[in-house]
Amino acid sequence: MSAVIDDHGHAGHDHHHGPAKGLSRWLLTTNHKDIGSMYLWFSFAAFLLGGSMAMVIRAELFQPGLQIVQPEFFNQMTTMHGLIMVFGAVMPAFVGLANWMIPLMIGAPDMALPRVNNFSFWLLPAAFGLLVSTLFMEGGGPNFGWTFYAPLSTTYAPESVTFFIFAIHLMGISSIMGAINVIATILNLRAPGMTLMKMPLFVWTWLITAFLLIAVMPVLAGVVTMMLMDIHFGTSFFSAAGGGDPVLFQHVFWFFGHPEVYIMILPAFGAVSSIIPAFSRKPLFGYTSMVYATGAIAFLSFIVWSHHMFTVGIPLVGELFFMYATMLIAVPTGVKVFNWVSTMWRGSLSFEAPMLFAVAFVILFTIGGFSGLMLAIAPADFQYHDTYFVVAHFHYVLVPGAIFGIFASAYYWLPKWTGHMYDETLAKLHFWMSFVGMNLAFFPMHFVGLAGMPRRIPDYNMMFANFNMVSSVGAFMFGATQLLFLFIVIKCIRGGPAAPAKPWDGAEGLEWSVPSPAPYHTFQTPPDMSEVHEHRKGTGGELTP
Amino acid sequence: MSQQTTHEQYYVPDQSKWPIIATVALLVTVYGLGTWFNDLKADRAESSGPLIFFVGALLVAYMMFGWFGAVVKESRAGLYSAQMDRSFRWGMSWFIFSEVMFFAAFFGALFYIRYWAGPWLGGEGDKGISNMLWPGFEYSWPLLNTPDPKLYPAPEGTISAWGLPLINTVLLVSSSFTLTWAHHALRKNNRQQLKLGLALTVLLGAAFLILQIEEYVHAYTELGLTLGSGIYGATFFMLTGFHGAHVTMGAIILTVMLVRILRGHFSPEHHFGFEAAAWYWHFVDVVWIALFVFVYVL
Ligand code: HEM
Ligand SMILES: [Cu+2]
Repeated sequence: MSAVIDDHGHAGHDHHHGPAKGLSRWLLTTNHKDIGSMYLWFSFAAFLLGGSMAMVIRAELFQPGLQIVQPEFFNQMTTMHGLIMVFGAVMPAFVGLANWMIPLMIGAPDMALPRVNNFSFWLLPAAFGLLVSTLFMEGGGPNFGWTFYAPLSTTYAPESVTFFIFAIHLMGISSIMGAINVIATILNLRAPGMTLMKMPLFVWTWLITAFLLIAVMPVLAGVVTMMLMDIHFGTSFFSAAGGGDPVLFQHVFWFFGHPEVYIMILPAFGAVSSIIPAFSRKPLFGYTSMVYATGAIAFLSFIVWSHHMFTVGIPLVGELFFMYATMLIAVPTGVKVFNWVSTMWRGSLSFEAPMLFAVAFVILFTIGGFSGLMLAIAPADFQYHDTYFVVAHFHYVLVPGAIFGIFASAYYWLPKWTGHMYDETLAKLHFWMSFVGMNLAFFPMHFVGLAGMPRRIPDYNMMFANFNMVSSVGAFMFGATQLLFLFIVIKCIRGGPAAPAKPWDGAEGLEWSVPSPAPYHTFQTPPDMSEVHEHRKGTGGELTP
Repeated sequence: MSQQTTHEQYYVPDQSKWPIIATVALLVTVYGLGTWFNDLKADRAESSGPLIFFVGALLVAYMMFGWFGAVVKESRAGLYSAQMDRSFRWGMSWFIFSEVMFFAAFFGALFYIRYWAGPWLGGEGDKGISNMLWPGFEYSWPLLNTPDPKLYPAPEGTISAWGLPLINTVLLVSSSFTLTWAHHALRKNNRQQLKLGLALTVLLGAAFLILQIEEYVHAYTELGLTLGSGIYGATFFMLTGFHGAHVTMGAIILTVMLVRILRGHFSPEHHFGFEAAAWYWHFVDVVWIALFVFVYVL
């Protein structure tokens, strides 16, 4: 391979060499693999921080009554837990995977805009530093829930809300620039012959996710800006006394918020769509329908937002429209689940850690989809809304959905990243502990929710005591298990059996055509994909067909 | 492996200090702003906010010069292939799309208030029951009475569309034409006409801004139309204010382009910097048309 820059006779650049030494490598890097690794580590740190807040929540809820923390602090914990998990753990993990894998999957030398890429990453620690620092400010940190409904977040908010708003702005800039980079990379840097319909689904789902991000992150910026103006400059967007409306907040927020939940799941759909075929040793069933289903989900996600607001008082036609539109999402989602199951059907399956997480993903995400359908029934939602049933729903789509998707991806690609095989026994232990832990933690929440236990509350009726204790035990188990994951990853980075270029015999795709660990620079000269056969469609194909 | 014939090689820049400087600059800026706002609100006599903000803003300006300067240098050194050019085009297009969505949030708020929440508060329609909050409150648009005038004193009047706003429309629309004229000149390598067209565009933009300021002064001092005068003032100033900020940004960008042109930059074939600035300017123009129709006329 020849170096990119030398051809232009520009001195000072030498891409034959590996990374720079020391801290400057990380601060100044323009390398998609370095940036991908930083995103992934950042995400894991946020996962542990957000997770420890969840531990505080579950410790307080272990028994009814107030034991450990004050209600004010409890509210800060639920708020920060949600914000950190959504914006700090799940989203950056997917951006990290995108950074590492998209150039490798489409045969590109790097991301399209490498400096912007570095900027997108470093904004995150800045934003989260600012956000977490609010906990130590006078009056405490944000205590109004991760959905920060006005007027709780305006009229009645602690002073630190101003910094919360700016932190959201920074995260938004980071996400938008990251998404622009992903789109430009996919649309412009594919190797010759890598047509759109030959792209691996992970690339497809990220393309659509990036579009969603660019469409809705600015709306989030808009809504926090309105808050800022209401708080500091006397506007009345969310105050009916001036002719505004607090419900306006909810509309604008959920116009962002619902697509946001799909931003957190679509990349996982894509990753699982690579992993299941690999361990079933069969091509993905229904590639084309997967692409269209993803598009349909993205489209629908713009017209369902008011299902979060059924009880707030919207006109009857609104209730009906949003109810039916929401139910429609079950159709493309069903297509996907059907395709995953059909891919496994009569495959020669093996259950290494990535596959275990992927199969659990399919089953448990579907449970979350079903509780979603129950919530979509407007008259029924009057009963469930703001109860633990909603908490159960979204944890089933997010933990075994988004998070398991990330774990599956991590195990699947760790050999490529580190050049070593991870410890399969420990990884299986990680899976089973996580699986049991999360089901123990979240399944009982369905029952207490249906029985009427409200969400975001530090104390509860005696009758919910048993289930809550089970939940807490499960949560502690799930939480502790993640330290095991940290151990497995570090162990894998430091050593272990050498990984071949393609450690999984059933795996397909360009990423397996480069050595493990992937060299610092890959595909500086793009591979030619035009020879790849039609039956390899959607697998990303192989270099030598 | 050599496919240079089918694919050019892509420029991957070396390590760069600008992103991290940009991060620090933005963080300092927003931290300063936040401190400033909070101190103002709490009536604290002394605030370190303005100073921190000022330092941050300087850093931002330094970063912009440095980063864009580096890109300009690389471009003029011929490092960018046609493929790189396409990355910039995609990048700019999607950035503009994100800006469209930012404005969409505020337009959406305006429509929601005007067609739903406002009438409901006045007792009309599906959720007219909201009228029990302020019985007797009557809704109209422009909103010349607020439900609680003590908190939000209503404006005495609003800006007519057919005065300054109409002139401003003419100014901005003509500026889009002069800019296109300049662009054609650049393609035909008529540098004189290019300079003239671009200078005219910047002047028209500046005139627009001056009139906009005049309109604001008029609104604040004579009409009592302020940010705090209820939802009409809120939506009016947020929409026109963000638009004005974008015009300012656009005018600065075009001025930079003018300076670059005076220094002999850009060729009839390669001038994406200029084109990106032009896209941005046309986008700002389109937003104004929407503003003129939905904020001033209707
Ligand atoms: C079949 C698809 C789905 C349907 C029909 C559905 C439906 C719903 C409904 C109706 C609610 C509102 C419940 C209420 O507040 O009363 C809700 C809440 C929620 N859903 Fe889903 N959902 C689906 C999939 C997902 C996915 C894939 C995710 C994320 C990956 C997700 C994340 C959430 C979250 C985070 C909330 C709660 C937000 C909050 O109030 O804090 N949902 N869902
Ligand atoms: Cu939703």
